[in-house]
Amino acid sequence: MKILVCISKSPDTTSKIAFTDGNKQFDENGVQYIVNPYDEWYALVRGLELKETLGGNLTIITVGNAADEAIIRKALAIGADDAVRVDADAKDAYFTAMQVAEYAKANAFDLILTGKETINYNGSQVGGMIAEALDLPFVSLATKLDITGTTARMEREIVGGVQIVEANLPLVVSCAKGMAEQRIPNMRGIMAARTKPLQVVPATAVEDLTTYVEYGLPAAKSAVKMIDPNNMDELVELLHNEAKVI
Amino acid sequence: MNILVYINTASNLAKSALETVTYASKIGGSVSVVATGNADDATLATLGEYGAQKVMVDRSASADDAQQVTRLVAKATEAVNADVVIFSHDLIAKAVAPRLSVRLKAGYISGAVAVPDMSNGFSCKVNVFSGKAFAQVAVNSAKKIISLLPNSIQPEKAGAACAVEAFDGAVGAAAIKVVDTKKPEGEIPLPEAELVVSAGRGMKGPENWGIVEDLAKALGAATACSRPVADIGWRPHHEHVGQTGVAIRPNLYIAAGISGAIQHLAGVNGSKVIVVINTDAEAPFFKAADYGVVGDVFDVLPKLTAAVKKFHAAQ
Repeated sequence: MKILVCISKSPDTTSKIAFTDGNKQFDENGVQYIVNPYDEWYALVRGLELKETLGGNLTIITVGNAADEAIIRKALAIGADDAVRVDADAKDAYFTAMQVAEYAKANAFDLILTGKETINYNGSQVGGMIAEALDLPFVSLATKLDITGTTARMEREIVGGVQIVEANLPLVVSCAKGMAEQRIPNMRGIMAARTKPLQVVPATAVEDLTTYVEYGLPAAKSAVKMIDPNNMDELVELLHNEAKVI
Repeated sequence: MNILVYINTASNLAKSALETVTYASKIGGSVSVVATGNADDATLATLGEYGAQKVMVDRSASADDAQQVTRLVAKATEAVNADVVIFSHDLIAKAVAPRLSVRLKAGYISGAVAVPDMSNGFSCKVNVFSGKAFAQVAVNSAKKIISLLPNSIQPEKAGAACAVEAFDGAVGAAAIKVVDTKKPEGEIPLPEAELVVSAGRGMKGPENWGIVEDLAKALGAATACSRPVADIGWRPHHEHVGQTGVAIRPNLYIAAGISGAIQHLAGVNGSKVIVVINTDAEAPFFKAADYGVVGDVFDVLPKLTAAVKKFHAAQ
């Protein structure tokens, strides 16, 4: 079983979100980067559980620069066998997905896992794009994943419910909550991660399909209006006449 | 400009379908719809009232298989020579739109919240950083794909019923085999609900949810819950809103007995109006709220329900 898990960096959930360079760049000043939680907790850990049961090898891949090797070592410490870094800034989802697809084409993986989205760009795009580039089936937002022989059985969210589906390997799956529990790396894992193989590969040229032109912060909320708990008629009146939502 | 909208239907049209067609007609140009699902021709024809010129339907394609839908939408894009393809940013779009982007080499804007700005190129506003910021994303390719975040615009009627024609999407074989589907009947799907009543650990136990449901019923609202409540099994997982659960943006979000952790806020900060009810005046949620009530949920919720009923009776 050869498994590829795609990981992305994202700012720690408590990071202050600010922009610089005329609102064209995310302000990294004082920002601590982590492995995107959906990639780490669900895709990576479920991948490791499958590898531990079925045998095989788990490779992680990220598109990023040398500074991103900290998150790669974290993923190796949790248990990945080896790592690949495509040496480029992850400009957008299409660029990122094409880099991963290029690497995967040459390395015949049985299973490619991603998180359901990153917590910074929230696009939910990379998994589907990789699948299309490789002409593989794709199951998005899976909450359970089991493998028997060459068949994967998944539970996934659908509009207004849940569904159990099956597909043959090779397959691309994006992973959501329910898939696995977070693993904290132990000292042995952290030590071992230092010597695990990390391959740096150059990026392939890709069309620039999208550009993040500008960022902004939502307007500050006006102060909360406090209502007397014994005067719910007033709240209903405000929701009707002032907020106009009922 | 030629615009193509993809929708999937049950027997009825979802509000999100009407939103996407309205959105497409606001971009301007000729709007065609390609549909999967069970809605009959008469129902599909009503999309004309929201601005569609024609609807092409392929009832043999299953929305469960992203590759089939991708082939269908790609063929329809070619048939109408579409410049822009629009989806609702739902679970189908999250599987299909990225595939279509690669297939057509079309830049994809995921989760748009506004009509594109075409004054200088083609760009659209999206939420980023889990709702803590927004970005303007430009598409550089000739063909463009947008998925529209539900409840970003209101459906608007403009025209009359349109033509509906059968369309052979040449979707091929399905790679995904559906073993079982569970859909709770008669509930409003959370992402589509305009009004949501949500509750958390402050409810003290699942047996106390009656007063939450009473308020939801009086308002015609959907019910939701915080993560701890879903994790300990008091409420089903599909009701969990927040960073790891469902992200929603209703017109009104009422949070009872939820402290408002940053991960919860990430799932609801797009709500137009937030009402927070909590015994703890220091609960962080009050900072994100429009209206706040410091009080015991067991006292406040029934009073609010009574006030809503009184209001509806007087209307």
